Amino acid sequence: MTDKQLQQPLLEATGVSKRFGAVVALHDAALRLRPGEIVALMGANGAGKSTFVKILTGALRRDTGQIRIRGADTNFSSPAQARKSGLIPVYQEPSLIPDLDMADNLRLGQTPVEPFRHWVSELGIANLRLDDTINSLPLATLRILDLARALASEPEVLLLDEMTAALPTDLVERVLRTVRAQADKGQAVIYISHRFAEIAQICDCATVLRDGATVGDLPIVPGVEEQVVELMLGVALETNPTRKTGAARAASGGAHVQVRNLAVGTKLRDVSLDLHRGEVLGVVALEGQGQDELFEALAGMIRPTGGKIVIDDAAVSFAHPADAIARGLTFVPGNRADGLLMQRSVHENIALPLLARPRKWGAISMKAEASRVNDAIARLQIDTRAMGEVQRLSGGNQQKVTIGRWIAAGVDTLLLFDPTRGIDVRTKRQIYLLVRELAAQGASVLYYTSELAEVPAACDRVVVIFNGKVVDVIEAAEADEQTLMRAAYGLTGEALTA
Amino acid sequence: MSRIVARHGWTLGLMAILVLLFVFTKVIQPNFGLTGLDSLSRATLPFAFATAAMAIVVIAGGIDLSVASMMAVAGVTAAVLMEGAGTGMTLFTVVAVLVIGLGMGAINGALIVVTRVPDIVVTLAMLFVWEGVALLILKAPGGAATPWLREIIVGPFLVPWLPRSFVFLVVCLAVVWIPLRRSRLGLSIYAIGSDELAAYRSGIAIGRTRIIAYALCGLFAAMGGLTLTLSTGNGEPIPGPYLMASVAAVVLGGVVLGGGKGALLGPIIAVFILRLVRMDLTLISVDPNVTTIVEGTIMVVVVMIGGVLAMRGRRQ
Repeated sequence: MTDKQLQQPLLEATGVSKRFGAVVALHDAALRLRPGEIVALMGANGAGKSTFVKILTGALRRDTGQIRIRGADTNFSSPAQARKSGLIPVYQEPSLIPDLDMADNLRLGQTPVEPFRHWVSELGIANLRLDDTINSLPLATLRILDLARALASEPEVLLLDEMTAALPTDLVERVLRTVRAQADKGQAVIYISHRFAEIAQICDCATVLRDGATVGDLPIVPGVEEQVVELMLGVALETNPTRKTGAARAASGGAHVQVRNLAVGTKLRDVSLDLHRGEVLGVVALEGQGQDELFEALAGMIRPTGGKIVIDDAAVSFAHPADAIARGLTFVPGNRADGLLMQRSVHENIALPLLARPRKWGAISMKAEASRVNDAIARLQIDTRAMGEVQRLSGGNQQKVTIGRWIAAGVDTLLLFDPTRGIDVRTKRQIYLLVRELAAQGASVLYYTSELAEVPAACDRVVVIFNGKVVDVIEAAEADEQTLMRAAYGLTGEALTA
Repeated sequence: MSRIVARHGWTLGLMAILVLLFVFTKVIQPNFGLTGLDSLSRATLPFAFATAAMAIVVIAGGIDLSVASMMAVAGVTAAVLMEGAGTGMTLFTVVAVLVIGLGMGAINGALIVVTRVPDIVVTLAMLFVWEGVALLILKAPGGAATPWLREIIVGPFLVPWLPRSFVFLVVCLAVVWIPLRRSRLGLSIYAIGSDELAAYRSGIAIGRTRIIAYALCGLFAAMGGLTLTLSTGNGEPIPGPYLMASVAAVVLGGVVLGGGKGALLGPIIAVFILRLVRMDLTLISVDPNVTTIVEGTIMVVVVMIGGVLAMRGRRQ
């Protein structure tokens, strides 16, 4: 540690500020990175993290402050310049060109091919063809390819933005190990993640942003999580809201939504589940086990090839999402951009489901609409600094809009697909509370999550899907990460015989 | 092998359609022969260059509505400069016209990049600007083309069934396209059309690449204007029907409006198909007005088929 401190910082940012019109996104952001160090950059929603990242990587220009690389002042005006100085980012959305094949993408970035191949196999992808077109590959593979491409150009500073989101667990392990090994060889890494477990595993220290300023720089030691969260939120975090027990579930009568032997093509093979009123039913599965198809079938986006869906004892079939919505099933997609009108206002987005009701044809009562919308905004604590277009909100706030619009409309059955992907702790917590509150009001919620740790916080029960089949149903109280992980990998008796 | 077929399926299909159309032409017009081939090729030439010009900006994710007007500027400039010109002046004219084309395209591109006004609006405005420029240079059809230069696109090349005009087309396109396709610049053009944000993050200079794509569009348009003057023997300041024809050929040729996909071979085959369809419809004495309806229908059907194929691909 001491000789690390003696070394000159590889990258040092001080007093960085940036404003967009009247909104101050950053006013005093700072970051110091020494060779061989992995620094976690943390901050709640709207703390200015993405703005800071954009400034560091040359996608935005700062208003004031200094960024020094090896002691020399820099002011990047484009990502290309940042790359030249050895700072290579891997963004949350892969920056590979979708219509070109991998070989062309490498040529475009002037990435050497052999090191790239080395890193691809190091990161656990065996059968890569360089002539595969990018848009034919799954998201998880793309993120690995993006990382391999970054590593192959031997960056001095690697910036990883939510690198492990959307990755299956085995690849996450590989990525973490590889990144740590690179740091031990002297590379510096800025690591952005909402997963404390990963940060504890590989990071040396955490730099915490709050309201546009760096508020802390903590070495990672056991138990530092609470401190980081406190710094991020400004308050201590209490845990675990109320949860519905099995007895209460039985008291609520028959299941509200029954799914029986549902099948869609080859992905979803045989899923049966009961969703009660007032219940949050978790769904846990590794990437691509049929969960996408399950949700899309329930939302009326695709037609099942087998089995049936029963709502309040009546079998239903959906030809269009409107049919599902009419039966009270509302789907909140994992990809926020799929569910929102990005160029329209927060108000319009929240009001849209109100307008789209066929029976509400004709004039819209603006007054009633405005009060319901404002109500929803207040309940969700949506940050209204960027009150204009939804696309100007931060990711977490966008996610709140996707949920909030259905709350304003009144919700019966909510299908949430990975609502907390890539958003911060504070917003996550608001979403859990919101989901619990909805359930308390009698709504049924089906809640898919890729983050196992949040299951006990948000759900009553959880079904585990493996290879298109339900392999386990676990009470949330017993659903610790290990149990869920074993089930998700099909390591239970039922799956082994299947 | 199956990969190659899958990747170039659209182009191979177009090739098959073209062959069938030639067979069909020979059936309905048994004396369609070498002269017919030669005149078809020559008549297609300006359309083919317009299509190449359009293809390159569409691949880059844009569109250029001023293609036909730029062709008119290039055509009249050539006709005025070549009137009574000697060998030296003729060569100078060719170079000058190509440079003017590059310049016009670069101006289009720079306006789009600098003003951030949508490409469709900028190039619509420039359609009128270049049209005015062409009329300022030459008020009525006139000027001339140097006779020896005109010979380049008349008659056969080496073997009787290979029109010189076709060879000329292939050489002109190949000289620009092949090095481009293999360069980082060419990839960048595909990249900005495919996903601008990803391209930006990959370190590509978006603005510069876009300006170059439009400049190359201008270059091809200038070649088109030049060959138009060569084949008619004089300059025509009013733009021909090249704009819509080039969009149709680009779409039929497998270049997706929106960018990132396709190449030059498909659109060039497509432009021959569309010309041949038009010729065949004339041969079986269909009303010329019906002909345009047929062309429009082909365009819609093609886009529809493209959509269906894409959906199938996604399902698999």
